[in-house]
Amino acid sequence: MGLYIRQVSAIIRKDILVELRTRESSTAMLVFAIMAIVLFNFALRLSTDSLKPLVPGLLWIVLVFTGTLGLGHSMYNEQVNQCIEGLLLAPCDRSVIFLGKAISNALYTLFIAVIVLPVMAILFDESLLQPGVLVTVVVGVIGYSGAGTLIATMAASTRAREIFLPILLFPLAIPLVASAVIVTSGILDTQLLGEYAPWFGVMVAFAIIFWTAGSLLIEFLLEG
Amino acid sequence: MIEAANITKFYGMRPVLRDITLQVTSGEFVAILGPNGAGKTTLLKVVATLIKPDHGRLRINGADAIADPSLVRAGIGVVSHQSLVYPDLTAVENLRFYADMYGLPRSGSTRIQGIEADIMEALKRVDLGRRAHDPVRTYSRGMVQRLSIARALIHNPPLLLLDEPYTGLDHTSAATLSAILREMAVKGRTVLMTTHEYRRGLDGVTRAIIIKGGKVTHELAADLSAEKIDQLAS
Repeated sequence: MGLYIRQVSAIIRKDILVELRTRESSTAMLVFAIMAIVLFNFALRLSTDSLKPLVPGLLWIVLVFTGTLGLGHSMYNEQVNQCIEGLLLAPCDRSVIFLGKAISNALYTLFIAVIVLPVMAILFDESLLQPGVLVTVVVGVIGYSGAGTLIATMAASTRAREIFLPILLFPLAIPLVASAVIVTSGILDTQLLGEYAPWFGVMVAFAIIFWTAGSLLIEFLLEG
Repeated sequence: MIEAANITKFYGMRPVLRDITLQVTSGEFVAILGPNGAGKTTLLKVVATLIKPDHGRLRINGADAIADPSLVRAGIGVVSHQSLVYPDLTAVENLRFYADMYGLPRSGSTRIQGIEADIMEALKRVDLGRRAHDPVRTYSRGMVQRLSIARALIHNPPLLLLDEPYTGLDHTSAATLSAILREMAVKGRTVLMTTHEYRRGLDGVTRAIIIKGGKVTHELAADLSAEKIDQLAS
């Protein structure tokens, strides 16, 4: 178990180190997220009060689109110099590779969420920084990163991976995004997470299903 | 060390390896020769456990490499066409990453200076000591290939697989590689190498196997002339 954790940590540390050095994913994700928020703000042309009901939907659209950018780039890094072969040659369970990549992807998107939430809270005058919303965002991002890493691994070996990833991932993520929007709206309206427990349960189930499926299926996806 | 029997691999409907049977004993240095598209790289990838054959048996160090590949991976080092190193990391960071992936003890081989000392030693061995902390993207092709060799040897594998290792190397890098391969032979390590550089790549080779159209056509003692090998392999 110690070696397993060490190998997962090595992949996460390596991904973060590459990102800190290049800032390729984080810069693109951050600029995209901020531009999307600003564009929504102008495009909808509504008063702040009229905008409020739309904020949960806008938040999740921004997080999902931004997260997808990071997912594509994360797998691309493993294709450079065929580094993915280096991972496959290592004496580790293939789930190590999935967990390492999925945790890295979740951390990238959570980093963006840390910036997006206060920006949206200020622009749309909505109390997005409350614990219930933060918990929902963490669970939603974890679930999306699990499904996204699985699909990005499938897409990485195809020629049209940039197109293949969103086309497969967005329909798959509908239950998660719909639940996340309902839970976020509910918390912003009532301040209570408990009332939306079934929808929150859907989010947790989504995360568990895709992280488990990813850990089990990654071997077939990587080795064909 | 390597016992391959009736290895067959198809890409779609096209057979790439056809009924290959191969035995390499511990300490041998075997070269696999053949024209482009002969199946050399595919055979090496099968032995490296990167590709599963469609038929056949493969045992490495006595373990079934097809049924339980993770058992044999710790004992294999691979130098391939691609370097398998991250260009945005330094040489030290790359080797530290692979040391973690192979579960090398953090205390290092000496248990005094730690794994960092082993990494620096590995880099000095391939003449990269002075560039150890530079990002790999600033390296020349030859330096990247030398780092790739250090990566393949970081876990001290008893079996080294090399796929066209001399391709694109300058004179210095080729000499470094030849010296490492001679050292491997002295230490009794097993080396399986594909190459088409018959004149440069066969120093120290104990046996040569020629593959054409996915089949073994000849097995030769390596003291044959390069011209003769050239004639058989082309």
